[in-house]
Amino acid sequence: MISMTIRQLFEQINRGYWPYAIILAHIVLGTAMVYSTPRSSIAFLVLITSFFSLYYFKADIRFKIIVGAILALIVIPIVGVRNIFYLEVIFQVCVFAALALGLNIVVGFAGLLDLGYVAFYAVGAYLWAFFGSQQFYVLHFAPGTQPSNLPFLLPGDAFYLFLFLAIIVAAFTGILLGLPVLRLRGDYLAIVTLGFGEVIRVLANNLDKPLNFTNGPQGITPIQRPTMPETVVEWFNNVFGGMIGHKASTADLYNVMFYFFALMVIIVIIFVTRRVDDSKIGRAWTAVREDETAAIAMGIPLVRMKLAAFALGASFAGVMGVLLAASRTFISPESFSFMQSIGVLSMVILGGSGSIPGAILGAATVTLLNLQILQGFSLYLSELRQSDAVIPLINFAWRDLSTQLDPAKYQRLLFGLILILMMIFRPGGLIPAKRRKRRLASDQATAEQ
Amino acid sequence: MALLETIDITKVFGGLTAVNKVNFKLEPGQIVSIIGPNGAGKTTFFNTLTGIYSPDGGEINFNGRSLLKLRPDQIAARGISRTFQNIRLFGEMSVIENILVGMHVHLRQSPIATLLHLKGFKNEEAEAENKAVELMHYVGLRGVGNELAKNLPYGAQRRLEIARALAADPLLLLLDEPAAGMNPQETEDVTKLFRSIRDDRGTTILLIEHDMRVVMNISEHIIVMDYGEKIAEGTPAEIRSNPRVIEAYLGRGAVAGQHEEKLS
Repeated sequence: MISMTIRQLFEQINRGYWPYAIILAHIVLGTAMVYSTPRSSIAFLVLITSFFSLYYFKADIRFKIIVGAILALIVIPIVGVRNIFYLEVIFQVCVFAALALGLNIVVGFAGLLDLGYVAFYAVGAYLWAFFGSQQFYVLHFAPGTQPSNLPFLLPGDAFYLFLFLAIIVAAFTGILLGLPVLRLRGDYLAIVTLGFGEVIRVLANNLDKPLNFTNGPQGITPIQRPTMPETVVEWFNNVFGGMIGHKASTADLYNVMFYFFALMVIIVIIFVTRRVDDSKIGRAWTAVREDETAAIAMGIPLVRMKLAAFALGASFAGVMGVLLAASRTFISPESFSFMQSIGVLSMVILGGSGSIPGAILGAATVTLLNLQILQGFSLYLSELRQSDAVIPLINFAWRDLSTQLDPAKYQRLLFGLILILMMIFRPGGLIPAKRRKRRLASDQATAEQ
Repeated sequence: MALLETIDITKVFGGLTAVNKVNFKLEPGQIVSIIGPNGAGKTTFFNTLTGIYSPDGGEINFNGRSLLKLRPDQIAARGISRTFQNIRLFGEMSVIENILVGMHVHLRQSPIATLLHLKGFKNEEAEAENKAVELMHYVGLRGVGNELAKNLPYGAQRRLEIARALAADPLLLLLDEPAAGMNPQETEDVTKLFRSIRDDRGTTILLIEHDMRVVMNISEHIIVMDYGEKIAEGTPAEIRSNPRVIEAYLGRGAVAGQHEEKLS
């Protein structure tokens, strides 16, 4: 009943010039709110959600692209440099969006449940971590015993080369994993990929002897970044300094740079994914997902198609791994735990398995929930615990609550609840996958005479 | 030369011999039916031909080359297409896409051309789409190109499966109970369709069917299986009067009864 009226209302305003006005108002409101209260996470959410009104409302595609570009390339960096935490959140959203898009190919398109997806992310990260740090010269030292004046193996600008190398290395790892296991179906495949993910993490944890490749649980640091010319920092401060209010440092600009890289990778991924999905390979993936037996009877080489999905998905994760290693300058096996794989999978499922905008929205929703909304919520509860407040109705003081029931622990519980409710009320995900409609001019309902 | 020839083909599941030393030859351009009671091994025989099962003994030659040791997709690429007893469409894909999947083996589409939408790619896709629409019309489906396959009515799904199989331009079309669950009118229509497929396209057709009106109406040659063995083969008229066939279908008493009638 209520949803019907909301939908009608939405239809009402989603025509004519209304969408343009709403989108612009949303952006202006968000920007103004972030400007006036830079620390408020609500203000930040208002700004971030303007991307969704840009996606949802009907408007000219050129308008959408231009406004989206201004928002992503100018507004976000300025707001982000003003409050660097926002930029970090947005960078994380981008990283996870890219990972979700990659996993979406494997899970959503080809229907292969992969529970160890971050393994490929780790491969990319450790690839650059090893070659972009002093680790090469640390090979013969146990972790923690290396001298401090070691040189770097490669210059920081080799980063760009490794972005491309990671594609190949991660894709190769994907094929390596795929070859022995892709004869397995469904549950069995999921278990093996889970194992593979753990194997990579354990390898990273233990490859500090006999030769110290990964520096074990301590992780590798410092990892180099590509060079940032002073002139860029100066230019940025000259042009945007007034709007930001303080002088942007080189570190700030690095954050902006990695955010731009992440955006670029996402755009490339979307482009590649869409092109491939609209070709015989994409159709073959969907066919394999729908019915393996029928697909193979139509002449689709099952193993090769599954390998292609694995390799493509893996290569995207590999690129993001390199980006992560460079942006953090530090990586350790902890970042590639099983929970990360599950997290990315939940983004894909929540957003809508097989749907490109869905994967992005899923990644944004889960990341924002974890970093902003739920954290804010548990912070609020903790404050209640510190104060004299009582739970209404039962008149129970928050501070008397036992530590086992610490409200800060409700964060995961709430997240789980949200996932369950989503799957009950919207099993297809936030933006369910749709098949592309073809024009089919010659397909008339009645025969032409 | 025979298009398809099986020599002593055998398939065993545990202690059960589902297909037992079946020899048979299929000439190009023929329409041949395989009949037999439930569990006679007909579908297993199909699955052995298409490579879903690998035979435990014997030899299969298609178009002059052995099919043993080939994967199902390689066999499909050699020119054998099939439909399934229980319809197996790609339900979440549109009608046109289902047919396009059938064309998979004929589409070239290099990765570079796919990513950059080169002219060759675009032309091939457009051509494939046109051909898919033609095929869709050919099997009698109109104006449903963008419908999801799962939303089609039953009879239309059966037709779509045939269109998908034809999309690969097969030399041999295997139809597993294509008229199952259809009413008499629909049955008559698809029977006509099969004959026109053979006449228009020269496709050889091998079908499994229980509906004797279809079998007797369309087949030039009939093979009868029972308990995994080929028990008879011949023209419809020969099969109709073959005592072993009648026995297999109606039981031993029926044949005895027939003899008694003749005697009296």
